[in-house]
Amino acid sequence: MLVVLAVPLLIAGPVTQPAQAQSETVLRVALIQEIDHLNPFTASFSSSAMIGRFAWEFLTLPSAEDATPTGGVAEDWQASDDKLTWTFTIREGMTWSDGEPVTAEDAAFTFNRIMSDPKAAEANGSYVENFEKVTAPDERTLVIKTKAPQASMTALDIPIVPEHLWSDVTDMAAPETDELDLVGVGSGPFVISEYRPNEIVTLEANPDYWRGAPQIDELQFVKFENADAAVAALKNGEVDFVNRLTQAQFDSLEGEDGIETNQASGRRYRELLMNPGATNIEGQPIGDGHPALRDVEVRRAIAQAIDPQVLVDKVLGGYGELPGGLVPPIYEDFHYMPSDEDKFTFDPAAANRALDEAGYRKGPDGVRAGADGRKLEFRLTARSSEDYGLRASDYLAGWLGDIGIKVTKNLVSDNEVDETTSSGNYDLALSGWGTNPDPDYILGKQTCASLPATSGSSSSNAFFCDETYDELYAKQAAALDPATRAEFVKQAQARYYEQVPSLVLDYDNVLEAYRSDRFTGLQRQPEGEGQIMEQTGYWGFYGARPVEGGAGDDGGGVSAGTWVAIGAGALLVLVGGGTALARRRSAADDRE
Amino acid sequence: MTSTTDGHLAADLDERRAGTSTPRFVAGKVGGALASLVLVVVLGFLLFRMIPGDPVATMTRDRPTSPEQLALLRERLGVDKPMWQQFLDYFGGLFQGDLGTSYMYSRPVADMIGERLGPTLLLVGTATVLAVLLGMWLGIRAAWKRDSAFDRVQTGVALTLWSVPQFWLGLLLLIATQGLFPSRGMRSPDVPEGFVAQSLDVAWHLTLPCVTLLAVIYAQYMLVMRSSLLEEMGSEYLTTARAKGLRDDLVRRRHAVPNALLPAVTLVFLQFGMVVSGTITVEAVFSWPGLGLLTYEALRGPDLPLLQGVFLVLAGSVIVMNLLAELLYRVLDPRVRAS
Repeated sequence: MLVVLAVPLLIAGPVTQPAQAQSETVLRVALIQEIDHLNPFTASFSSSAMIGRFAWEFLTLPSAEDATPTGGVAEDWQASDDKLTWTFTIREGMTWSDGEPVTAEDAAFTFNRIMSDPKAAEANGSYVENFEKVTAPDERTLVIKTKAPQASMTALDIPIVPEHLWSDVTDMAAPETDELDLVGVGSGPFVISEYRPNEIVTLEANPDYWRGAPQIDELQFVKFENADAAVAALKNGEVDFVNRLTQAQFDSLEGEDGIETNQASGRRYRELLMNPGATNIEGQPIGDGHPALRDVEVRRAIAQAIDPQVLVDKVLGGYGELPGGLVPPIYEDFHYMPSDEDKFTFDPAAANRALDEAGYRKGPDGVRAGADGRKLEFRLTARSSEDYGLRASDYLAGWLGDIGIKVTKNLVSDNEVDETTSSGNYDLALSGWGTNPDPDYILGKQTCASLPATSGSSSSNAFFCDETYDELYAKQAAALDPATRAEFVKQAQARYYEQVPSLVLDYDNVLEAYRSDRFTGLQRQPEGEGQIMEQTGYWGFYGARPVEGGAGDDGGGVSAGTWVAIGAGALLVLVGGGTALARRRSAADDRE
Repeated sequence: MTSTTDGHLAADLDERRAGTSTPRFVAGKVGGALASLVLVVVLGFLLFRMIPGDPVATMTRDRPTSPEQLALLRERLGVDKPMWQQFLDYFGGLFQGDLGTSYMYSRPVADMIGERLGPTLLLVGTATVLAVLLGMWLGIRAAWKRDSAFDRVQTGVALTLWSVPQFWLGLLLLIATQGLFPSRGMRSPDVPEGFVAQSLDVAWHLTLPCVTLLAVIYAQYMLVMRSSLLEEMGSEYLTTARAKGLRDDLVRRRHAVPNALLPAVTLVFLQFGMVVSGTITVEAVFSWPGLGLLTYEALRGPDLPLLQGVFLVLAGSVIVMNLLAELLYRVLDPRVRAS
């Protein structure tokens, strides 16, 4: 039996050798999220979309430097005077990785397929909703007519695919569309070369990439189910890059030899939802939100009773930025920061006064009640899976207790949080969203139009429905001059801030780490402060270069351990074998 | 899994009424197992629909999605249909060997489970075989020298490991071995050429998850073996054996142990079914591409067809193993047949 145990130990040694023999530079990235599909039409998960961004070039994409639009498949673009017709000039000389030229027809095919085939619209359908017609008058000209002016036309996060391969696909949802003969042909800096579901996705450098071939040979996404295991793998040199780290994991990697950490401005905001009286699109009330929260004075008092600085310092360990509007400061052109007089500053006394004036009197138990006699007792729904949910809800309950509002914590699974918040069955809830360089989507989620239909689920974020806000939203969507648009975007956020259907609590930093002894040149987006992985583009890993003498040299430290393993294995074999022999001999002496 | 016990009861009652002829006995047991399986199908369907959460919302989280897209997705997944319709579709499909199509991966559930069965069986099988051997060996020795230092230390160690959470022990081993063994998966990112090299590669990856599982589960085999041997030790046939002049070692091996083996063998079968579902945490720590990991992934959606499929396979394995144990018991122990 001991012999059996020893076998795996013995094996430990020799297998590490092949990794050292290879001369290719492979950048291995730990992927903690799932991949659903590689087919860019159905790849809904953010990790799948990220892989698609390496394999297929976009029409235009946010630049590495400041996330403003830069050319991809299109080298030039123009809007007509009525702002309804966009003409894109396709880059000359670009080819697919199978040698065929990239033409305007490929782009037209991609958009038309999404517009005409519901299955193809699964991942990116929302981008083309406003499209009237897409045509390719010649190989280098793409014309898109929209139903209404749309400012986000230069931020279409849609991979353009080769028509000569994809036009034969009849069922976009078929599993075969994830296979390499289809998804293996691309135009991005890397092309997909191997896919083992839930194990690994390998991308090879595309030597003919129009910006120039990447300086690493392969980019590998290796699936980890457990973030702590991924951190251990980074320390051991099994992988070169890990993202979505927790504070504790990040701190444990800081100062580690050969590892560089990256604390980046994030694209997500966290918020406290305050049910402003959820309704469906017909205006009929839905859900069971507390009626007092429909009073904007109550929501404002709550906003004044909360100290975001404490949440950032104590709950996020300093890895976050103080709040303003919905668009995070990483997109500085669109980020709204209220002036000092408009800002909700932490002032429990003022909050108490405001509630007194609004007619919410404290009862003998210290809990306020409204004119209808109903006490201000709110449920606070948060994710039990998240450290943030557990700890921030304690602070919030304490702060609101100080202004006479009783909070019952309701810590539940992620799915349940999603369900209660999208059906309006909440009073207060901790939530958050990721944003894109173009603010249209996140602002659109706050309009009346996104409220749920009579049956069906909501795409509204906070059940906000406000005429003034909707007007400002429409103005920004139609404004094609960047400065004018930015102004409307900020005004819309200001209106939202002032009406507080939700209070932004902070913008989380993105915490990443990589083997700086093996790779350098990983590009942050935006430059200097942004993240490397999960960008809106491919810049992070496209810029990677092997460090002289680093990348080829795989894990010299392993060999010492290997010898220990071999020694231990040999010892076990000896002991096990010896015992077995001894017992056999003694048994032979004792035959009945 | 409660349904299994119900199945037993029903079968036991049948047995008493009908006497104990072997074909009747077997038919009763198989019938009970089938009834349990049907219950599992119904339960699985209802149970997972009670999990809060909207799979469509999870699938589209953080992606720009319009209400029209959501409606289309609902229609494609079939979640817009009434519950009874969904159940009939599912139940009808089962008879044609169709476990449905995963929401998230749009692949047949049967294919996905098939892919994952091998790695789980490899992990569970290796760990179980080692745990049985190690557990029994230690149990026999501990019982034979009852209250000795060996007995007390071994029992203590086994009980401690038995109470340790698997994921914690796994992470601890991972950190303690410092990269000696790979931290994830079943194969290296660059699979080496050749069958031998590939087997070695898999074995290398297998070590940590297997040791983790082994350390946690061997205690039960040890303790059952120990206590059942202790029961036999007072028996008169052992005195007879000693009187024949047999060495202590032989008395134990030829007389005491075979008689004490029965409860342990039963346990092996009963536990094997349970261990498959018990690997969820170990597989999650080491990203081992098995059924446990698939369950974990499916729960996040919730990916209902995938969950139902996995549940059916896991519960089914417990039922089948139970059945095998009961049938085998009859073969192994003449007393069961006679009664």
